[in-house]
Amino acid sequence: MTGSGPLEAGNSSNMKVRLACPECDLLHENQKIKTGHSSYCRRCGAILFRGQKDSLDRTLAYACTGLVFFLLANISPILVFKMRGNLSANQLVDGALAFLSSGYWPLGILVLFASVIAPLMVLCFLVSILLPLKYHRLPIFPEWQIRTLLALRPWAMAEIFVIGIMVAFVKLRDFADVGIGGSLVGIICMVSAMVLAFLSLDHRELWKRLEELKK
Amino acid sequence: MKVRALTAKNAGLIACESCHKLIDKGHSKTNEPICPRCNASVSQRKKDSLNRTWALLVSALVLYIPANLFPIMTLISFGKESKETILSGIHQLFVSGQWVIAIVVLFASVFVPIFKIIALSFLVISIHVGMSWQPVLRTRLYRFVEWIGRWSMIDIFMISVLIALVKLKELATVEAGPGAMAFAAVVILTMFASKAFDPRLIWDRLEGEDNGQ
Ligand SMILES: [Zn+2]
Ligand SMILES: [Zn+2]
Repeated sequence: MTGSGPLEAGNSSNMKVRLACPECDLLHENQKIKTGHSSYCRRCGAILFRGQKDSLDRTLAYACTGLVFFLLANISPILVFKMRGNLSANQLVDGALAFLSSGYWPLGILVLFASVIAPLMVLCFLVSILLPLKYHRLPIFPEWQIRTLLALRPWAMAEIFVIGIMVAFVKLRDFADVGIGGSLVGIICMVSAMVLAFLSLDHRELWKRLEELKK
Repeated sequence: MKVRALTAKNAGLIACESCHKLIDKGHSKTNEPICPRCNASVSQRKKDSLNRTWALLVSALVLYIPANLFPIMTLISFGKESKETILSGIHQLFVSGQWVIAIVVLFASVFVPIFKIIALSFLVISIHVGMSWQPVLRTRLYRFVEWIGRWSMIDIFMISVLIALVKLKELATVEAGPGAMAFAAVVILTMFASKAFDPRLIWDRLEGEDNGQ
């Protein structure tokens, strides 16, 4: 399977190799890097990992904040639509429900999953993984939780949902009176907390802590 | 003689896609090794990557036609229906002077899906023909495609907000159209296509290997 010829540098046994680049497969030593700096693949430039101070604690704090704002995002309307003295408003899950009841159920499921279920699950998984770790306990099914979390991440599209709300707002403003409801602020805060949670999550640290606890 | 780069594959290691742990290939004799750290099933390269990427891209390309031909939504106001397609919606935003939002939607709904299909097709072909041109640039292109793909969902979310919000019986209602369904399918299929593609194949080809698994 492999071609002939010498390897570029030494051989794998006498080099402390810990990491393969996820995008080009090049092996890297697990060098120590300064906190706040990222490490990049020297061949293709992919991010290998981010060095973070108190990564897990910060991620946990952001995830808890995100959960609180998620709840706040559900109590008031997102937008309010006014026309000739009539009012109508929408809440977080209403878009998905409207798709479901209008016969476009695959779109209903997609929107429900991408804008509500996946962001909520991502935040819950982060808390249920990191909270026990903080108190030196093993989370339940940690491997499964982490794998599900990583697989869900691209489908949690709350940040894109926010842009969708803004486009809808601009489109309607041409045509009628539209007001912004309190939930929009909640959703924007929830999205920011979720993005920050992922930015501060250092996967190496996460696995290191888990493996220490398993010993 | 070609100098081989020290990759996980050349060193007889498999990198777990989920937790990035390096697994010794000789360590497990089973066909489907399991990562000892996160229990994910691991393989040297994504399975059947090129064929799966092709299949998903072709499906996306086919659905791109109805996505643009059929209306994505209909506004009914005082008994008057106005149907809107992806392009006419963008046109309307431009006409009403909302050109910042118009450009955002133009990028997300028109340029990004086309760009993704062309870029991924180019990447797959570049591996089929064993291209050695600019591997760093091609990896960067892949990274960009993977990052930007989700943003095409803007229009779908916009419709979901409008149909839930604008429901004042005779005064004004918005209904979803079949174009929205096709467009959502295009977005999902291209997202799966970029997930199916394995950028490490770009680098394998540089070493003259010809098994694309
Ligand atoms: Zn690399
Ligand atoms: Zn693993």
